Amino acid sequence: MKFFHAVAVSLALAGLPALATAQDAPAEMAQGAPITLGPLVLTGGFARATLPGAPVAGGFVTIQNTGTEDDTLIGAASDLAGHMEVHEMKMDGQVMKMRQLEGGLPIPAGQTVVLKPGGFHVMFMDLKGPLVEGQMVDVTLTFAKAGSVVVPLMIGAPNATAPGAMPGMQGMGTMDGNAGMAAPASSAN
Amino acid sequence: MPRALRLALVGLSLLLVILVGARLLLFPALNTSIADTFGQGDYRLETTDGKPFTFDSLKGAPSAVYFGYTHCPDVCPTTLGDILTWQEALGENGKQLRVFFITVDPERDSLAMLKSYVSWVPGVVGVSGSSEEIAKAIRAFRVYAQKVPGTGGDYGMDHTATLFLFDAQGRLFEPIGYGEGDTRALAKLKRLLG
Repeated sequence: MKFFHAVAVSLALAGLPALATAQDAPAEMAQGAPITLGPLVLTGGFARATLPGAPVAGGFVTIQNTGTEDDTLIGAASDLAGHMEVHEMKMDGQVMKMRQLEGGLPIPAGQTVVLKPGGFHVMFMDLKGPLVEGQMVDVTLTFAKAGSVVVPLMIGAPNATAPGAMPGMQGMGTMDGNAGMAAPASSAN
Repeated sequence: MPRALRLALVGLSLLLVILVGARLLLFPALNTSIADTFGQGDYRLETTDGKPFTFDSLKGAPSAVYFGYTHCPDVCPTTLGDILTWQEALGENGKQLRVFFITVDPERDSLAMLKSYVSWVPGVVGVSGSSEEIAKAIRAFRVYAQKVPGTGGDYGMDHTATLFLFDAQGRLFEPIGYGEGDTRALAKLKRLLG
């Protein structure tokens, strides 16, 4: 519960400038409340703002399977992406290796699978526009058994490691569409 | 038996001389050769500032070199974010550090794309060039970069995620491994920058 509370607080602190863009999601979802899809409970959805001109982006969420049957995350889709893939990233020594999980990402019964930087993610490909820090983007996640659900992802800094966490000392985005791209004032020459 | 003993002693002494000699002759060479040749090659690339990038570009001021690409959702933004954090922690002293982001994906990463991609972090310069010249640089810096086919003609790049630090003479100073942590990275940077 501590985690949900932290998410809720950080989203509240963020001022939720992007609530308006999360059209498909009830407000409580955007505020960090768990999203339930059958036995699946989804929390802590976030994405990383794209670096200027970056053609791809990563999305992350925590998926808990409270049921007795295994499920599989088999796909993702967003209006902002031409297509999306379920990926695994891992370090092999000092080499970064990224692979599409062709068979999807298993969500075993009774377990929690965390999509996070440095591990599993859904990847936005052929981006139609930037992911702007402080806004939100809706992603439809599709599971083999539980079906599909829309998950609003809070867009953090380009190197965000958790929802609402703002490493890199980025200010919260405004709605001007360039907030995520601006260099922090403190490091400007 | 004293004769045999003397022979044995002479033999042992000779062996010692050989070993010490080998230690003196060989090991300094081993110790220095990697740092001396690392990054050296006849690659000719171009920076997003419109300047040529060759091995000589590493000379004159301390620098950090990273190999990445713009279709990279995780390690590249993470590393650029780390660099931003370190720059802020180093303050004035950090400004002498030049950062070069060399693409491992020259097919897709034009200089214009790279330029906007790295613009998030002040002072980071993108580097690209022809596939042949990038391949030369990849060999010179001994990094791993491999295309991994995806769906629909798309592809990703597996690549070394180490940040290489060079001193003002263009010699490899030390690498910063991916995810090494701010404390260790900053200690290295402070030693490099003095």
